[in-house]
Amino acid sequence: MNSSMLSRVADSLYWMSRYLERADHVARQIDVHLTLVPEQATEAARKRRNRLIACLVGEGYPVEAVDSDYDLVHLLTFDEDNSNSIMRCVASARENARQVREQINTQMWEQINQLYLSVQGTSLEWLWQGQPHRFYHSINQDVYRFQGITDSRISRDQGWHFVQLGRYIERSAETADTLNVDFRELYSAALADDAGDQQTYLEWVGLLRGAAAYEAYSKVYMANVQPRFIIEFLLLNPEFPYSVHFGINMVQASLDALGALTDTHKSSRVFRLAGRLRAMLDFGQVDEIMDSGLGSYLLAIQNQSAQIHEAIYQTYINYPIDDKLAA
Amino acid sequence: MLDTELSIQSGMPAPFHAYQLDDAYDEMFSSAGRPRDHYKRLFRRLMELTPEELEERQQAADLSFLHQGITFTVYSDTRGTERIFPYDLLPRIISAAEWDTVERGLIQRITALNLFLHDIYHDAQILRDKVVPFDLVYSSKHYRREMRGLDVPHGIYITVVGTDLIRLPDGQFAVLEDNLRVPSGASYMLANRAVMKRVFPGLFRNYGIRPLDFYGQALLTTMRYLAPPASGDPSIVLLSPGVFNSAYFEHTFLARQMGIPLVEGRDLIVHDARVFMRTTSGLRPVNVIYRRIDDDFIDPLVFRKDSMLGVPGLFSAYRKGNVTLANAAGTGVADDKAIYAYVPAIIRYYLGEDAILPNIDTFLCSDSVQCSYVLDNLDSLVVKAVGESGGYGMLVGPHSTAEQREEFRRQIQANPRNFIAQPTINLSRAPCFLEGQVEARHVDLRPYILYGERVTIVPGGLTRVALRRGSLVVNSSQGGGSKDTWVLHE
Repeated sequence: MNSSMLSRVADSLYWMSRYLERADHVARQIDVHLTLVPEQATEAARKRRNRLIACLVGEGYPVEAVDSDYDLVHLLTFDEDNSNSIMRCVASARENARQVREQINTQMWEQINQLYLSVQGTSLEWLWQGQPHRFYHSINQDVYRFQGITDSRISRDQGWHFVQLGRYIERSAETADTLNVDFRELYSAALADDAGDQQTYLEWVGLLRGAAAYEAYSKVYMANVQPRFIIEFLLLNPEFPYSVHFGINMVQASLDALGALTDTHKSSRVFRLAGRLRAMLDFGQVDEIMDSGLGSYLLAIQNQSAQIHEAIYQTYINYPIDDKLAA
Repeated sequence: MLDTELSIQSGMPAPFHAYQLDDAYDEMFSSAGRPRDHYKRLFRRLMELTPEELEERQQAADLSFLHQGITFTVYSDTRGTERIFPYDLLPRIISAAEWDTVERGLIQRITALNLFLHDIYHDAQILRDKVVPFDLVYSSKHYRREMRGLDVPHGIYITVVGTDLIRLPDGQFAVLEDNLRVPSGASYMLANRAVMKRVFPGLFRNYGIRPLDFYGQALLTTMRYLAPPASGDPSIVLLSPGVFNSAYFEHTFLARQMGIPLVEGRDLIVHDARVFMRTTSGLRPVNVIYRRIDDDFIDPLVFRKDSMLGVPGLFSAYRKGNVTLANAAGTGVADDKAIYAYVPAIIRYYLGEDAILPNIDTFLCSDSVQCSYVLDNLDSLVVKAVGESGGYGMLVGPHSTAEQREEFRRQIQANPRNFIAQPTINLSRAPCFLEGQVEARHVDLRPYILYGERVTIVPGGLTRVALRRGSLVVNSSQGGGSKDTWVLHE
């Protein structure tokens, strides 16, 4: 009966979900990094650190300021000035959740609140001297728990679909981002070297682990870690939940459902954009993509994802009042 | 058996060694070692529990509030720290007979105050009959000229009321303040009960406590009743100032209990004197607004121009009867602390009855004779600014410094209409669990009254506690806490 949803609420649910997904991603990436570096040469470790910063903070960030993993852990976990640090992401997710507290259920709120309190209660020194893995792992677990509560308890109404949109738009953007930054550097290195080099192998596995993909990948390709398979899997596999293709499928499904729930006109721009991106992934061939340049393909995906985000806002959240008064 | 067992004890048993009994009415004990009937089972239970067990439950309760996010933020460094509102573990218990008097007294008082509001915004008969001085009404800063001649649905102005009651030393409940604007705290009453049931389930068994859970539904039913006649199945929203407001937890809590959207001013627009909210499927009409924003801020076109919290045009939609505000605008005039002194007369005027719940003696500084008495006795009186609430603008004479008294003397002389004074009342005390033992602390009681098709009063209310030893101030802004409040079935 109560089917309408405030635009502001949709906005908060969407960002709550995106920020949690981002916190999850950052935690996993640092965790993977800290388990890889002990077996890496200094120069490779430095490059890896810089790639992480480019992915997780931004391409323009002055990497010279971060010359140890201790600094990196600070930057990505606690830094108040880095809006993508885990602390800031969790605080933003909680702040958004707080603004829609009456819309999410008590269990969801308490879960997000506990995650916030546990991050707030952790200090850099304690983390660094202790067992960082346990901390980052617990963040992943907390986010999964939140998503589990969400999936098993909330009605499949508009709110649910905005949560889904936030989660999958963020997730596919991150996977695309990681592929972009890592391939730029690692692929040329791999071509120069003989494939099978142990260091490079480590990096490819790191890439897969960072995308929560290593075990799922191995089930499809066995332990045969090859760049073109990695691209095929992370970009085009329609069954793996962290692949870009899977994410876009979910985005499109939620947009369709929202369209029906809100009586949005079928010809609306937001549906066309999602349909176009989905078709691009449905029919993508890994050989063609690599021949014509992975970078430009990923750039197209990123641009189209950004357009979908904007179209969602124009359709449901920031629409001009006058349009709706006339209706 | 129990009676004889207790009565032969002359002093106080172990957990009560520091328990203070004196002139103040004690909720639990009629005299040392003799608990009142309705406290006997709690007393016995407290004797069985070790301080460690109590401490453990107190911690469980505190943790539960923390995890629920029923907190406020203190900024001591760059990272904010979450603090919970102090909560006391031991319930405050009210017998069925006592509650019956309170309930009748509140219904009487609310009915009369509502008639008073209707009257002063229409014919003002009570002012013509000189029962209440007209200048007191028209000089009140909460009197809203804009409300004159406006008819509100069913003539109900004060939909949600939170009246502050205290106990006089003889045990009689008396009214300290009428809160008729945007009273808060109901969510704490409900949260306290929920936490209490979780951490102290054994205590509830066989005690026969009246439930509170229906509050959300009763609130919704009340709001539905107030919908403009033409609105069909009314769309009801709770209007909050937003996430930075200190009562934001309460707003989200109540909106969820009622199952209605929580909106902020920026979610609403007024078009053609109708109110709409901006939703994902376009603009949807709004018929009833349970507003948790003061009059001053609801509409920048009519009231404060600098308000960013309200909705431009809202008052015009209200005047046209297209939307209901609950509470109505302009109700603050009736909880003005100077009008308070006239409430017994107001009850007599409209209902022809004596007030069931007495007032506290009140001296009006607007009256020159009373004012000079107040100025001569600042060290023994409590002085209050008439339009303030929340423990602000208040001087507690016996606990004040000479400087503070001089400051108030200056203020009173500059604007006598703005002040009243009352004798310092020794509020009743109730047992609290503090630092490993049971101690007595001053309490008050804020029951919540809903005025719709009928008057609904939640059994109990929010008991606020002055946790600092000797303090008489229960407001949370001044070191106060709260505790669960039980009204017994019989």
